[in-house]
Amino acid sequence: MIVFYALAVVLIASAIFTISQKSPVYSVVGLLTNFLTLAAFYVTLDAEFLGIIQIVVYSGAILMLFVFVIALLSSGIGPFAEGPNRLPRVLVPALVTILIAFGFLAFGLLHAPMGPLPPHPTTSTLGAVGSANVFGSVGDFGVALFTAQLLPFEMTAFILMVAVVGVVVIASDAVPERTLGRHAGRRKRRTAKEREPIAKTGR
Amino acid sequence: MEVDVSNYVALSAVMFFIGVAGVIVRRNPLIVLMAIELMLNAANLALVAFSRAWVNNAGHIFVFLVVTVAAAEAAIGLAIVVAVFRRAKNVDIDEVAGLRG
Repeated sequence: MIVFYALAVVLIASAIFTISQKSPVYSVVGLLTNFLTLAAFYVTLDAEFLGIIQIVVYSGAILMLFVFVIALLSSGIGPFAEGPNRLPRVLVPALVTILIAFGFLAFGLLHAPMGPLPPHPTTSTLGAVGSANVFGSVGDFGVALFTAQLLPFEMTAFILMVAVVGVVVIASDAVPERTLGRHAGRRKRRTAKEREPIAKTGR
Repeated sequence: MEVDVSNYVALSAVMFFIGVAGVIVRRNPLIVLMAIELMLNAANLALVAFSRAWVNNAGHIFVFLVVTVAAAEAAIGLAIVVAVFRRAKNVDIDEVAGLRG
């Protein structure tokens, strides 16, 4: 219980730190703390494999992507507009949204069968194959992923492939800028041709 | 007082609303993307807690799927940020209003 509340305080504090910092680098540090705390939560909830995934994929891959984009964009000038806080303008819609969402959440929590967590499960839902195959372990997760949940796994591969293609199309400067340059050149030539007779006739 | 599922769900809800506040209030698109990651992770925490409560690892598979979608979303979002920055030399999501009717 003490572990839960200590981790919860760290989780909430790092989340607030993440969204309240002016510099995105500090936000990344806050998000890193948040994700590591979340990995600790997963371990306390008997999901060891997801804890490892959380550290490797989120802290290792996604946050590194954020750090690289920050380094790419803010070398030299600071590209991020510093302006007044948007909170006064969006206060009413934000409050309405939060009230509606809290209403749904309270409804759900009051109608859900909540009880204390069951004792530590020593077998998986698919049956005990070996002694290492307890709930949440790598073996349990892998057996479920490659047998019962094979279709979501294949869809994961498809999503990643679409994302890779999309990123290459969006972020490569070759295709859009060549198209843009061709249009800009054509427009410039046309205006020069239009301007010539005007200059000759002296209109 | 024992820790049960509702504690985890309440914690997940608080984290989700911090993410919602970040998306609504902030103007820096990188921090908006980070707030979206916060919301996805709050959902993941609720999924893992429910999975533990019912001793069923379908929630773990779903968290795996959400992590994949989050990775794809972060990659594409950051690519869009880079593309917008290249074109406009300004990364303020209020200024990027080219599709406004």
